[in-house]
Amino acid sequence: METTGIRKSGRIASAYHLMLLPAVILVLIYSYGPIAGIVIAFQDFVPSKGWFGSDWIGLGNFEYVFNMPDTMQVLKNTLLISLMKMIVGIIFPLTLAILLSEVKNALFKRTVQTIVYMPYFLSWVILSGILVDILSPTDGIVNNALHVFGIDSIYFLGDGVWFRIVLIASHIWKELGFDTIVYLAAILSIDKSLYEAASLDGAGHMKQTWHITLPGMRPIVVLLSVLSLGNILNAGFDQVFNLYSPQVYDSADILDTFVYRIGIEQMQYGVATAVGLFKSVVSLIFISGSYFMAYRFANYRIF
Amino acid sequence: MIERRTPSRMLFLYGNYVILTLFAITCLFPILHMAAMSLSSNSAVTAGWVTVWPVDFNLDTYKYIVRNQSFLYSAVNSFERLSLGVSLGLALTILAAYPLSKSNLKFRSRTVYSWFFVITMIFNGGLIPTFMVVKETGLMDSIGALVIPSAVNVFNIVLMLNFFRSQPIELEESAQIDGAGAWRTLWSIYLPISKPSLATIALFTIIFHWNAWFDGLIYMNSPTHYPLQTYLRTVIVSHDLSNVNASDFSMIQNISSRTVLAAQLFVSMLPVLCIYPFLQKYFVHGLVLGSVKG
Repeated sequence: METTGIRKSGRIASAYHLMLLPAVILVLIYSYGPIAGIVIAFQDFVPSKGWFGSDWIGLGNFEYVFNMPDTMQVLKNTLLISLMKMIVGIIFPLTLAILLSEVKNALFKRTVQTIVYMPYFLSWVILSGILVDILSPTDGIVNNALHVFGIDSIYFLGDGVWFRIVLIASHIWKELGFDTIVYLAAILSIDKSLYEAASLDGAGHMKQTWHITLPGMRPIVVLLSVLSLGNILNAGFDQVFNLYSPQVYDSADILDTFVYRIGIEQMQYGVATAVGLFKSVVSLIFISGSYFMAYRFANYRIF
Repeated sequence: MIERRTPSRMLFLYGNYVILTLFAITCLFPILHMAAMSLSSNSAVTAGWVTVWPVDFNLDTYKYIVRNQSFLYSAVNSFERLSLGVSLGLALTILAAYPLSKSNLKFRSRTVYSWFFVITMIFNGGLIPTFMVVKETGLMDSIGALVIPSAVNVFNIVLMLNFFRSQPIELEESAQIDGAGAWRTLWSIYLPISKPSLATIALFTIIFHWNAWFDGLIYMNSPTHYPLQTYLRTVIVSHDLSNVNASDFSMIQNISSRTVLAAQLFVSMLPVLCIYPFLQKYFVHGLVLGSVKG
């Protein structure tokens, strides 16, 4: 009896291994393969010589990158753009969630949510196609509207300052709905008796929002902000890449677009991998740090 | 709750409706504008008369794009990618999530496998090494490059395993007492009850594959192999150099590179616009539960 039980559980375990096998093989090749491929960051990589035949140059690629005139600007742009996105990414969804929570009409609430939520599911190719058209300095509808008020055309995507404003605004447009829904659910989970008690004590709606709703949402706000720290070096490749042009590189070029141009366009594989490795390592530190903090302070776990 | 209708409260409530309405309109406006442009005559678009309603309504741009070879090729590529990518993704997710949903007691190697997958969520080789691996494995310029490297999605596996884990343990035990092995338990007991979760994952995978454009750009050499979004990007980038065939241009008054692009963008959005309302509910439950549950 005992031995058949063991044999049976052994058979089940080997079935489990077999089930995992396809995913393991693919992850091994396409996730761990590239991790191993990082070695070319330390090589003067020549595709014809391959991973084993190229010359080792130690930290040569890193030195080269840090001596490039653009690198510091790219790093600065990346941090600035992603920090600004992080800040508006808290304020706007939070405000919208609070406003939506005050709406009593369920149909209106649902309609607004569905509309605001839509751009989240569209690709940056489509959204930037729309943006390029409506922001066109010659015949875009936004500049046409400005003309009505006697304002001269603004070249939104060709001017460094305006480009960043467009990045932030269109980021809100696309991402807003996602966090709003999370915050809204957090508001709905706040104990209703707190509001009743406050109401009996004579607290108005403003006071209730300030003293009950906002503190009640603090854990989820802290959690989402902490988790977003892991993305500090992700300033939004899809968005920037589909909107930018050489004339705004000064203010719009970010690490990922920089890697793309060095690696894929100029085919300096070693240098581009070195920049990518720098980004991966910094991200790893931030992601582990943020997950650790989320675990400590909010008891959040992914598994 | 006791609702006090003070004047300031009424003002806030009405103001709130106005603000939210304006906000929703702002979000929707660019998309409606594109749709309206695609249905308007070129002269009305150039004159700036089109806002959210078509002016000189006509379907010429749509007649043009359904005869546009590049657009059709890329749409076919996208559908091919979708069917392969979704079936591959679902199969891999189910097969990996089921064993990982078992307790450490039942499946001792679980922890090792979990770490094996989780590490890829927090660290990756970056663009160039990934590009090299895809190239070395001979996938360049084939549909495989679009579906195989991205086939295993660890987030989906986590989603699915949490669902499997939330099922009562008696389900599995009674199946095994009846003599069912692991494969049979998964196939006849677990799969039938996980249809809602599978549908959610399928919808997300559909949107992922429909929206993906970057892999098409770097892995496909010939434009005839581009998926739809990659093709659209090339049209947007070459926007100023009119990509509309000159002879067609003079023949048909209503189309221009601008209205054609608007129509192509709108058509490409439609599948997503049909699907996404069904995903809204999931987020309220799934995401919040996932983050609060711990």
